[in-house]
Amino acid sequence: MARIQLITIAINILFIAYISRLIIKGKLREEYAIVWCICTFVLILFSFWRGGLDVMSKLFGVFEPPNLVFTGFIFIILVYLLHLSVVSSKAQHSITRLTQELAILKEKMEKAEEEKHIGN
Amino acid sequence: MSKKILIIIPCYNEGNSLPLLLEQLLLLKLPYHYKMEIAVVNDCSKDDTKLVAGLYPVVLLDLLVNLGIGGAVQTGFLYAKDNGFDIAVQMDGDGQHPPAELHKLIELHEKTKVNVVIGSRFLDEGGFKSSFARRIGIRYFHWLNRILTGKSIYDTTSGFRLFDKKAIELACTKYPDEYPEPASLVIFSKAGLSVQEVPVTMKERLAGQSSIRNFASLYYCVKVTISMLFIFIRKPY
Repeated sequence: MARIQLITIAINILFIAYISRLIIKGKLREEYAIVWCICTFVLILFSFWRGGLDVMSKLFGVFEPPNLVFTGFIFIILVYLLHLSVVSSKAQHSITRLTQELAILKEKMEKAEEEKHIGN
Repeated sequence: MSKKILIIIPCYNEGNSLPLLLEQLLLLKLPYHYKMEIAVVNDCSKDDTKLVAGLYPVVLLDLLVNLGIGGAVQTGFLYAKDNGFDIAVQMDGDGQHPPAELHKLIELHEKTKVNVVIGSRFLDEGGFKSSFARRIGIRYFHWLNRILTGKSIYDTTSGFRLFDKKAIELACTKYPDEYPEPASLVIFSKAGLSVQEVPVTMKERLAGQSSIRNFASLYYCVKVTISMLFIFIRKPY
């Protein structure tokens, strides 16, 4: 096994360990972790299977194997960024609703309190 | 039968101009069977807006997070819906919309029963007319709105508006959160609500800054255009 293979495998294992830690500590939701787990799985696959990249390049008709890596990963990253934008839009919408509801509740409570004072 | 009317005033740092506006509003005699309430929506102002508004007998809706004009006005709509108001009127907190002009909107609504009435500064002579660049933008939105809704509304960006019960209901769920004025017209038109304009005289702002400033104006045009187009192709409500 070549040295570079050992290094990538070691780094991958560390990466998986870190993701697991984040999930265990509740800092990362499982639904987002799926993407990261798949990514590490792909990386591990290609670190064991050295000829894999050439095989894949031939399959897709790419002359230079590294170009396949760049194209593929840039596309995946773009899709994931879009997904994150959707997530943040959803979060923003929820924050808006919560803020509005809170303002209305606060007003209601203050009004009730005032009436209680007048009643006394 | 008496009708309940809610004046919604979205405020962001309007502590200086708010007292005059509220005093004028509170002195206002509506010549109808209307019961008026005022809701000041404080959109997380950095100045003393909250304190100032607290001095007057108004409903104070205090937002903990800055939501922008659309989210702030929508809070007013939610309050109006919860408390069974028949009519909601949106008015800017900077003194641009004189309370004395309010009766024009109400009269048109009484007469025609349209769902949304817009106070327009272009149907009438006199009064404050805003800058040249802004007028070009307004003309562009007039054109875009006419293409998308088939209706001719001249002052699409006016924030002086009256909404009836049906419009309030819709705006509670479907009001755009940033720069909502032109885009909401497409929403109303798609929902089959009627919109009409009435000429009003507007004043130059007393203090504070417009939500549409010079540097942001191009961004404003692009963003509003995109949101109007997408609302247009969206499924009807």
